Amino acid sequence: MSRIVGIDLGTTNSLVAHVDDGIPTVIADAEGHALLPSIAAFTPGGVLVGEAARRHLARDAARTIYSVKRLMGRGYDDVAAELAHLPFEVVPSAEIVRIRIGEREVTPPEVSAHILRALKARAEAFFGEPVEQAVVTVPAYFNDAQRQATKDAGRIAGLDVLRIVNEPTAASLAYGLHKLADGIIAVYDLGGGTFDVSILRVHDGVFEVLATNGNTHLGGDDFDRALVEWLRADIQARHGTDLAGDPEALQELRLGAEAAKCRLSFEERTALTIPFDGFTYHKEITRANLEELIGPLVESTLGPCRLALQDAGLDPGQIGEVVLVGGSTRVPLVRRRVQELFGRTPRSQLNPDEVVALGAAVQAQILAGGITDMLLLDVTPLSLGIETLGGIVSVLIPRNTTIPTLAKELFTTSVDGQTTVDLHVLQGERELARDNRSLARFDLAAIDPMPAGMPKIEVTFLIDANGILQVQARELRTGKAAAIEVKPTYGLTEAEVAQMVEDSFTHAEADVNARLLIEAKNEAVTVINHVERALTQGAHLSDDDELGRIRACLAALREATGGADRDLIRDRTIELNRATERLAEAMMDRALKDALGSKRAGEILEQT
Amino acid sequence: MSDYFSVFDLPRKLQVDEEGLRRRFYELSRRHHPDFHQLASGAEQASALESSALINRAYRALRDPIARVEYLVALEEGRDHRSAESDRSGAGRSGREVRDGAATRPKPPRDLLEEMLEVQEALEEAKATGLDEAARAHLAGERRRLVDRREAIDAEVVRRGAEWDAAVDEGRHRAPLLAWFKEALAARAYLGTVIDDLGQALGEGQEAHVSHRRH
Repeated sequence: MSRIVGIDLGTTNSLVAHVDDGIPTVIADAEGHALLPSIAAFTPGGVLVGEAARRHLARDAARTIYSVKRLMGRGYDDVAAELAHLPFEVVPSAEIVRIRIGEREVTPPEVSAHILRALKARAEAFFGEPVEQAVVTVPAYFNDAQRQATKDAGRIAGLDVLRIVNEPTAASLAYGLHKLADGIIAVYDLGGGTFDVSILRVHDGVFEVLATNGNTHLGGDDFDRALVEWLRADIQARHGTDLAGDPEALQELRLGAEAAKCRLSFEERTALTIPFDGFTYHKEITRANLEELIGPLVESTLGPCRLALQDAGLDPGQIGEVVLVGGSTRVPLVRRRVQELFGRTPRSQLNPDEVVALGAAVQAQILAGGITDMLLLDVTPLSLGIETLGGIVSVLIPRNTTIPTLAKELFTTSVDGQTTVDLHVLQGERELARDNRSLARFDLAAIDPMPAGMPKIEVTFLIDANGILQVQARELRTGKAAAIEVKPTYGLTEAEVAQMVEDSFTHAEADVNARLLIEAKNEAVTVINHVERALTQGAHLSDDDELGRIRACLAALREATGGADRDLIRDRTIELNRATERLAEAMMDRALKDALGSKRAGEILEQT
Repeated sequence: MSDYFSVFDLPRKLQVDEEGLRRRFYELSRRHHPDFHQLASGAEQASALESSALINRAYRALRDPIARVEYLVALEEGRDHRSAESDRSGAGRSGREVRDGAATRPKPPRDLLEEMLEVQEALEEAKATGLDEAARAHLAGERRRLVDRREAIDAEVVRRGAEWDAAVDEGRHRAPLLAWFKEALAARAYLGTVIDDLGQALGEGQEAHVSHRRH
């Protein structure tokens, strides 16, 4: 059994964790950083991820993708409103979001796969062995398409995602290890781009989610945007410059605003100074300024909290503990409003940036059989239904139903000889199909031709422990399994994912090759510089024969570095090194002699 | 075909020790949840998934007194647990299935419908013209009154649940009680719809309320 790691694939930052000797621990990179910025830069030389990609934001914004989690499992129409805030280009389409990068188009799962791959590599470096299985967290309020997109991202990255776990629930598992008292807890999770609230009953190692609610489009990103808009207007007023047409400058402003927001969690006021082309912008921002800007956003998290309480059949007074998760819960206004709503001081002993990844590691350990006294009973956040006549939704599985769960329905034909029946599956709480999220259309095909109403097709809608829908159909009369063709509305088809998995191998190889070529060229240039210096300084220590050979090797290497044949560059670098070996020794010898007077280098070495 | 009561070794009765039921639910979940069968064969995993789904549905059907009565009514009407959980399958038209929900869900009592006419009218008006202070206070008052009324029905359902159990023990005729339960459930479902509509008109809690009516 190989290792299973826990991954928090966040809007702003991502982490990987594992359970070490019973203690969940975040795996840091070689420099000791636990957080990997969820940013991927598609540079001509290959894809950069994390901090390196962040540095690209203010240089090449159109090729640097951040906050891609907000686009996962979404359609173009869903995100049209926020495209103005994004520096990269999203291609208009009726289906899944596609991002244009130069000549290429990438989908959000592919971008996420780059982030997952970096975390996978980090874990592999840490363990010194391959890592192929993971538990990945998603916002509790993610719908089926968003969960499936996350699973697809894992597959493209070469990870078998054994379980999708809800972030607030994962956090409660991490807290659970720290001896959370039995009772009812509320988890308030405000991250970079998503908001969740979950109400759980914790009893003797069982974590039973009673209700969950949230908004998959609300988080720290929106705080940043509010602040950026305010600063942009201020810049326009004071300097007469509109940054709207300058994506790189806007990214500078965004990064500056984000940092200022973070400082304002600990200071009452802060100063922002950004040198732009032609002027330097300086601004004092107070916490009160920020709170006025983000007040309505914070307020909008309270409605879902009340709904979750109502669905759980509880009053705020019955909540025993309130746990804060997500970097945005560091904002004092958020803490204040949560405290007011629940009437108690929230807990946040565990690092709100890391707690979800730690919980994912705990769940990974449960799946691996390493923890047997904890059990997570989660719910499906949204009602699942099918479209019926007149565009009305008929709910099969209500929201907040414990998963896994299933519902069975009987379908038949309406026309003599009809051989297919199509089903439209939706998720959401509205009565009309068009107001809900369309998940997929299913074609029940190859029904034997019979008079109308005769076939009896039993369709099983099963929501598994990942919160992902599986559909099976059976003709009751014959017991024959009915063929189902799935057309996901905002997802990748099986064939597309398979293609991406294949492409990722090719690309991964291309990326590695590109890097190795650059390294070989860099080394060749270093050697060439050395040899050139040696020829000017030490030519008198050599004879014409040797000098001729060195010059020939030098020319050969120069020629090779102009090309893209890494092996040739490497071979000629070695040849040049060999040709200059004797000269290099002679020069070293001479240098030592010069430094030490008459003694020969060999004598000195013997004496030491 | 076993019913949901038998999943938890319970007699088919309405009074249930809910603490005990929850403990039993946790116990069964620990045994069958897919998390604990991740390393097992594909067939075992599939079976854990099915068992776990059944346990979860059974617990949902029995965990509170109202859900229990709803489930019991479906059972007593001769629908087994499978059809009880989806009592809406029907004949298809133009390739889509159509529900006969109206046939299995009795209409709310006529007097309740008439009584609600005034509230419905006020609601329509609010939707058309918006709410002024007085209208808001009026609708909020109506909503509170209806919530109280639903609670009164719930209390009566629980009381008659004890009666039902006694009748089962003594082998008495239960048809009138069953009919009363059906009517009470229809009334509270209808009240729920109006309460949600009022809540929405008053701007409470957004869209998520809508689905209550279909539970």
